[in-house]
Amino acid sequence: MLIKQHLIQGLVVLTGLFSLNAQYVPNQQSDRLVRPDSLPVRFWFGRPATSEHIARLNDDVRPDGLGLPSGEGVATQGAVLFAAKCAACHGEGGTGGTGGALVVKPAAPGKRTEKVIGNYWPYATTVFDYIQRAMPFNEPGSLTPNEVYALTAYLLTANKLIDEKTVLNANTLRSVKMPAQPLFVPDDRKGGPDIR
Amino acid sequence: MEPNQPQKKITRRTLLGGAATAAVAVVQTSFARGRSAVAVQIGIDEKTILTEDPTKQMGVPPGKVGTRSTFEKLAKNPSDISSRSPLQDFYGIITPSDLHFERHHNGVPAIDPAKYELTIHGLVERPMIFSLVDLKRFPSVSRIAFLECSGNFRTGKETMSPQEICGLTSQSEWTGVKLSTLFREVGVKPNASWFLAEGGDAARMTRSIPVSKGWNDAIIAYAQNGEAIRPEQGYPVRLFLPGWEGNTSVKWLRRLELGDAPWHTREETSKYTEGIKDGKIRQFSFDIDARSIITFPAYPAQIQKGWIEIRGLAWSGRGKVFKVEVTTDAGKSWQQAQLQEPVLDKAHVRFRHLWQWNGATTEIMSRVTDETGYVQPTFAQLIDARGSDGGYHFNPITVWQIKADGRVFNKPENFR
Repeated sequence: MLIKQHLIQGLVVLTGLFSLNAQYVPNQQSDRLVRPDSLPVRFWFGRPATSEHIARLNDDVRPDGLGLPSGEGVATQGAVLFAAKCAACHGEGGTGGTGGALVVKPAAPGKRTEKVIGNYWPYATTVFDYIQRAMPFNEPGSLTPNEVYALTAYLLTANKLIDEKTVLNANTLRSVKMPAQPLFVPDDRKGGPDIR
Repeated sequence: MEPNQPQKKITRRTLLGGAATAAVAVVQTSFARGRSAVAVQIGIDEKTILTEDPTKQMGVPPGKVGTRSTFEKLAKNPSDISSRSPLQDFYGIITPSDLHFERHHNGVPAIDPAKYELTIHGLVERPMIFSLVDLKRFPSVSRIAFLECSGNFRTGKETMSPQEICGLTSQSEWTGVKLSTLFREVGVKPNASWFLAEGGDAARMTRSIPVSKGWNDAIIAYAQNGEAIRPEQGYPVRLFLPGWEGNTSVKWLRRLELGDAPWHTREETSKYTEGIKDGKIRQFSFDIDARSIITFPAYPAQIQKGWIEIRGLAWSGRGKVFKVEVTTDAGKSWQQAQLQEPVLDKAHVRFRHLWQWNGATTEIMSRVTDETGYVQPTFAQLIDARGSDGGYHFNPITVWQIKADGRVFNKPENFR
């Protein structure tokens, strides 16, 4: 009985509170969110980036060749560089090590064929971009464009993707066809019951 | 103010011994100079200051930084390239920041926040540079969401904990500026369809991201769980893409370039792609598929007969968790588990299910359904659907074997 009375009193108090705020509907989104049209178009924070500043940072390379620097290299030059700077992690001739194999080779018994440049990479430009950006692992960003072209030429030759005489430069690199490229498809799953 | 006196004489030997344990506790010590007692953070194991009855002895005073009890042995398990969260030791849905999983591609860089800059250029009206101070001046946003590495499945032996099976997922509250705000500031051009995000680490990690994600819900994050992002998580600034495979949320973010095609970087071609049927290779698999795992009881726990609260985590990169079902009879029947509020979009959700174990050998597992209607598959279903034997985006149901003595083991899948 006592409990019931308390409950009723509580309800009266609660109802009273709500009636005081009859105009306020706290769960409407417009109350909680900043409306996009209430934001200024610009805040004028930050400063302009000069073309010199962007050029210092921007060395990325696309499959269509956009971003490839001038310079050139051939496989024989790359072989010397590879032995000196890369073989410690990728093995002699790129056949494998702590940094993984880079060159197609027969699968070991009971193992899968390793995914390497010659059988899995869809674009040759990615080889250039990645070496330039991140290799050697212990000295990233230390190679000149000519050295990166030479190493790329060496790895593409070792994977039998170009002739060993090919002079690799911005023009020849972007026209190298990679065997794995037609295998790549973008993810088209959008949820729902399908397991794919 | 009368200084507190140390309750126990702490000798230099004790201090050094404590420091060697590399555990941290706040203790009080006094210096010879004057009578002032100074509370300092020093390495000392709580066990060394443990007394029979803590109510009969003054405790240690407040410290500058809180510490985890040294009785709690929470730890990530690092390899050369990653470090996994101890999912079996967590409660609730927030991952303690120092136990957030790590995956990076050439170590954690040290970046001076005063020198930090984010450059945005390419297909924009106004190429701009933003300092950390600039970024913090913009309107901010916070969001609780999971972050999971897409290479987050391991199996092969019975003695595997949730940490070892899928410890590359964690959850935080992320705070920063919406990328859409910065897109407006620089004036992204209508023909921009992709942007490249580049990290400032030794790997200069790069991923191509559709511009729509940037307009939709991407965050340029500078805070995690109420403080600056930790170095392992991208200090001082990272990209955060809710629901997407972890490596797209590029850490130590230094540059965004707007373009009209993807760059096909190493991390989106030779890595983070998966084989599917007909010899095809699936690329740009951004969404994290729905997944759940029972984190208790799980290896290495041992249970006793009687009531057991089965506990676990469930999540989906495509939206909210709709339901989680649990089986305690090796899949013959499934019951709906309770979901702990809040059930957030693209977030870890805690589920619970009460079970009375009678001591019989059995298998327990959980499966999640997300709001798109996707049901977490079994290992066999995934292998069948993909025609491959694993790789990225592998999210199968985890099966736990309960032995008659109460020990719990992973049920290893036959994995080539």
